[in-house]
Amino acid sequence: MAASPKQPVAFSGLGPLNGAMSGLLTWVDQRFPLMSLWRDHLAEYYAPKNFNFWYFFGGLAMLVLVLQIATGIFLTMHYKPDASQAFASVEYIMRDVPGGWLIRYMHSTGASAFFIVVYLHMFRGLMYGSYRKPRELIWIFGMLIYLCLMAEAFFGYLLPWGQMSYWGAQVIVNLFNALPVIGPDLSVWIRGDYVVSDATLNRFFAFHVIAIPLVLLGLVAAHIMALHEVGSNNPDGVEIKKTLDARGRPVDGIPFHPYYTVKDTLGVVVFLFAFCVILFFLPEMGGYFLEYNNFIPADPLKTPPHIAPVWYFTPYYSILRAVTEDFMWPLALGVAAYAALILFTARGCLVKIVALLVAPVVILLMKGPLAFEAKVWGVVLMGVATLIFFLLPWLDQSPVKSIRYKGPLTKWSLGIFVVTFLALGYLGTLTVTEGRTVMAQIFTFIYFAYFLLMPWYTTMEKTRPEPARVTM
Amino acid sequence: MNKLVMTLAALLLAPLVALAAGDAVKLDRAPIDERDALSLQRGARHFVNYCLNCHGANYMRYNRLQDIGLSEQQILDNLVFTGVKVGDLMKTAMDPKDAKEWFGTAPPDLTVTARSRASHAGSGADWLYTYLRGFYRDASRPSGWNNTVYPNVAMPHVLWELQGEQVLKAATVQGPGYPVEVQKLEIARPGTLTPLEYDRMVADLVNYLHYMAEPARADRKLIGVYVLAFLALMWGLAYLLKKEYWKDVH
Repeated sequence: MAASPKQPVAFSGLGPLNGAMSGLLTWVDQRFPLMSLWRDHLAEYYAPKNFNFWYFFGGLAMLVLVLQIATGIFLTMHYKPDASQAFASVEYIMRDVPGGWLIRYMHSTGASAFFIVVYLHMFRGLMYGSYRKPRELIWIFGMLIYLCLMAEAFFGYLLPWGQMSYWGAQVIVNLFNALPVIGPDLSVWIRGDYVVSDATLNRFFAFHVIAIPLVLLGLVAAHIMALHEVGSNNPDGVEIKKTLDARGRPVDGIPFHPYYTVKDTLGVVVFLFAFCVILFFLPEMGGYFLEYNNFIPADPLKTPPHIAPVWYFTPYYSILRAVTEDFMWPLALGVAAYAALILFTARGCLVKIVALLVAPVVILLMKGPLAFEAKVWGVVLMGVATLIFFLLPWLDQSPVKSIRYKGPLTKWSLGIFVVTFLALGYLGTLTVTEGRTVMAQIFTFIYFAYFLLMPWYTTMEKTRPEPARVTM
Repeated sequence: MNKLVMTLAALLLAPLVALAAGDAVKLDRAPIDERDALSLQRGARHFVNYCLNCHGANYMRYNRLQDIGLSEQQILDNLVFTGVKVGDLMKTAMDPKDAKEWFGTAPPDLTVTARSRASHAGSGADWLYTYLRGFYRDASRPSGWNNTVYPNVAMPHVLWELQGEQVLKAATVQGPGYPVEVQKLEIARPGTLTPLEYDRMVADLVNYLHYMAEPARADRKLIGVYVLAFLALMWGLAYLLKKEYWKDVH
């Protein structure tokens, strides 16, 4: 099929070189959709003009991704994925490779920075209802990115081969051990050995440097393509495409380039300032970004007294540890109460039938004669805690998207959820005591209540009317 | 919204803070100055004289000590005893198998000890400074020595000739309104150094260990200042650019 003839590209801004540049761009554009990509995604992608502080973090996540890939490539040139050399090769990078310490600290600080910007990016979505129709797929792609990111961080953390790397991996892989029937074989299959060993290090290296990053990049592309298909949400949660000017452009939209490229540059500089303060002056961040114990080489014969995952996993780790044998009764009661709530108050027959069928099975598996051990439920709850975000587009039944127009119930719920997430994260860094376990159990209940009760509290409350146009 | 967040945070986080208070070992603050080259050089000499016989520094090269103001010749003349090259790693001459037999455990590598011993109780340097001054006589231990920071440590007190012999004594001191029972270290037999001189010597050694754990630290902080200054300038430019472009967006 012959390509439709394209207009020549006119270029300005280079003075005497304009002619040559126009010729070059025309030549490329006739062979590659250069100008249409440029227009669709930058120069004529219309973004709402009322983006606030919270809209910096998507772009920043992309920046950190590039930073991690670039520094990762250089680290791979000197790192040795070998149990007898890995620890020494990291110290070699820190000492003998020119600039190696800088690259390594960029990568280690970048790992934590990635989670910080992604958590803030997700919080933005929660606040302004960015997951609501028609953006469900953007949210789902985003959640898949988040899961990949967790896998990427987990695999990467083994590579320095310190005590925390080793025992952290041991604890997480042993979680699979808890699964009924296939558990023990599954964990051996993941490790490639009966304990975390050289075989484990090699496969984790392969996952960390190629498998997961490939998937991650594909998902990021899908995330952005879906976003540019439906257009960005904004702090008011109103669709700018509903109000168009004579040329069919959103009245409240401005071209992404140059408006948001210059604005994001400002955000990037501020982010880099904070990033560099940590990188150059606090690279260990008080033991949270680089754990002190990880400066001891991995020793399979010496279990550290206190094994704590890195901070970005601790909320889920807390939920895992909260599920003790004593917790099974409250949990089973919670499931029963939730099923009753659905049966008596939900609209729709299907959901009631599902509740009626699923709840008794779950309760029997929690407290019946064939019940699984508490630690199995710990693993299940930890998994559900990460996956439950996927359901948000359908759990939120509010007539409005943005927190600005939602009622007090949603505002309080989101506030309590943020505190709960932080509190679980904090508890996850500490050793277990009886008091802390009780606190973690209470917060676990609140964590799930935020999601599971959302269909009720978003429809019960009185919302304010959305404006027709965005407000600045 | 802000008020709401503050109230929630206060309500829910208050009990957590109370739970966090734990049992921390009290560490003395190490009086070290990472820019004091003479202290670092004295520390390096103490390190090769007293530590390197049993412990290695397997990730550190001798010639890296040019960082602390020594020439390669000075390093070879004063610090290299084992006949290795100046670009070699600071390995110990002791066989780990012998060590295991003599002490029950192989002495750990010391290159990054000043980082691994950090905790919420204090920096790794603080731990080392307190540890090296915390040995006392204990007849129940195979080596005859015990330590206040590291109970039942396998290492004997290598610096005892310098510090002398300490004993752990129970003492009663006046607490806040009531007497408190404490354990106190006391010199039972003096060594060749006064307590003040010994503390100074340990501080030099710890200063060196702190340097060796991250030789790039000085570079890192220096470059950091320039990078932040550049970013501050860049912020000004980015701010003006944004203001200019956005002046017609209302």
